[in-house]
Amino acid sequence: MESMTRRQQMTSVLIHVILILVSITMLVPFIWMILTAFKTITESTSVDPFVIFPSQWQTENFVTVINNMNFPMLYFNTLALILGRVVCAVLTATLAGYAFARLEFPGKNLMFSLVMFQMMVPGQIFIIPQYLMVSSMGVLDTIFALIFPGLVTAFGTFLLRQSYMSLPKDLEEAARLDGCNIGQTFLFIMAPLARSGMVALGIFTAVFAYKDLMWPLICNRNVMPLSAALAKMQGQYSNNYPQLMAASLLACIPMIVLYLIFQKQFIEGIATSGGKL
Amino acid sequence: MANTKNASPKANKQTKVKTKWTSRQKSECVWGWAFILPTMIGLIVLNIIPIFQTIYQSFFKTGDFGRGNIFIGIENYKTILSDPEVWQALVNTFKYAVVEVPFSIAIALVLAVLLNRKMHGRAAYRTIFFLPMVAAPAAVAMVWRWLYNSEFGLLNNIFGTKINWISNPSIAVFSVAVIGVWSILGYNMVLFLAGLQDIPKDYYEASSIDGASGIYQFFHITIPLLSPTIFFVSVTRIIGGLQVFDLIFMVMDRNNPALYKTESLVYLFYQYSFVNNNKGLGSAIVVFLLVIIMIITVIQMRAQKLVYYN
Repeated sequence: MESMTRRQQMTSVLIHVILILVSITMLVPFIWMILTAFKTITESTSVDPFVIFPSQWQTENFVTVINNMNFPMLYFNTLALILGRVVCAVLTATLAGYAFARLEFPGKNLMFSLVMFQMMVPGQIFIIPQYLMVSSMGVLDTIFALIFPGLVTAFGTFLLRQSYMSLPKDLEEAARLDGCNIGQTFLFIMAPLARSGMVALGIFTAVFAYKDLMWPLICNRNVMPLSAALAKMQGQYSNNYPQLMAASLLACIPMIVLYLIFQKQFIEGIATSGGKL
Repeated sequence: MANTKNASPKANKQTKVKTKWTSRQKSECVWGWAFILPTMIGLIVLNIIPIFQTIYQSFFKTGDFGRGNIFIGIENYKTILSDPEVWQALVNTFKYAVVEVPFSIAIALVLAVLLNRKMHGRAAYRTIFFLPMVAAPAAVAMVWRWLYNSEFGLLNNIFGTKINWISNPSIAVFSVAVIGVWSILGYNMVLFLAGLQDIPKDYYEASSIDGASGIYQFFHITIPLLSPTIFFVSVTRIIGGLQVFDLIFMVMDRNNPALYKTESLVYLFYQYSFVNNNKGLGSAIVVFLLVIIMIITVIQMRAQKLVYYN
């Protein structure tokens, strides 16, 4: 072990100081959300003196918003939206990704170019026709409507194709020589090996379904996920910041807790799949 | 050893392939299409046809509930191109992107370089910087609105200022862009950290022996070798920035005096299509956005050659 010189120590301290300052900047909005959520309106709008910590940590705001906004229902809708999109995305993309990566069939290149084309155009271009479809099927304001744009995924197909392409070919050849047909080879050999790609796609899909705001606002008025319900609430109680912050906190906590438990998978799932585009 | 091991199945396979070629090809075709069919049907119905429907719709004046659409040719395009509000929205969108993209990239790059070493708390810093990525944008926008509040907000009260962060038309769009930088910083940083793993450590060791400083290494080793990642992140962030909606929708009230100077193209698209219910005009705006993004994509493809081959 080489001992650190004084200069190196100074650099190391300086780096930590910078990183801690940035960390504080990143955390202040969350901390302020928590502090405000536990205050009364009077405390939150007191300027002289400006109140940082609530004198009494009171949970009234939470009780009010849980009852007024029917939070159990919002959690259920959000969960249904997320699960629906994740299951559909992972299932369809796993199949299609494998075919695009490893099988040869006529029309493959044309079909894959459609996948790539979808990824290049801005997503808003699909929204009006998708809305008209949901509307003409008469399923506006349902869980199905929330899931609808995420039934298939071009991005996920591309991502899983990359996963399958990085797997060695030997296993697959061996399975086929042993008499497995393509379906069996896929199901028993290849799909299990692409698990990490599926997990990444699942997390990516879940987080973006959770963050989706425009589509839920458009297609549903009553069956709302958390994001749209927060937007609606802001329109109604625009000045009651303690309640708005309590609702925001309740909306953020489940995802943040999951993130803190599965940080590695989250960061890899979101960022590295975004990086493979 | 390796050779013989490989050679025998290969020879074996070739004899088999000659006899079973057509049946194998046939089964690949059947399975291949069966596997891609759900995705392709969905993609065509949900995405490919809608692209053309949106373009088609942009030539129509929207009647009541989709009935009685009247063909008006390029009238919608004439309307949006002669509407100062649309041009203002384009300017706002670019202003937003011009702040969000370079700052989020530059700061993320520095953070990635600082974190790209063995150090205490590395994982904790990464977790904290990435945190905004998993927060609902609606909640993020609300808390920032509260921080920016001119009377009771934390910012003005801590710094003793009286700035109307989000209601002063000349700065509001930048205040919103700051939220954008805060939100996306950790994401960019993780992409850079992944890119930094691919730079061989020897380069740094060799230049350290030559007496190069950290800052010299940053500009002469890190930036050039990371340029493909920097380029990729820039392009995806520009395209993402041009589609900004959530933050503006949530932060700016309908009666905020700065709304005109902050609303983005996608915000206008939403307003026209789903609030004013003029889907023809909304379609024209989104086609306009499509054209802008396509132009940027073409520039990107041209520029890519320079980045990768220099």
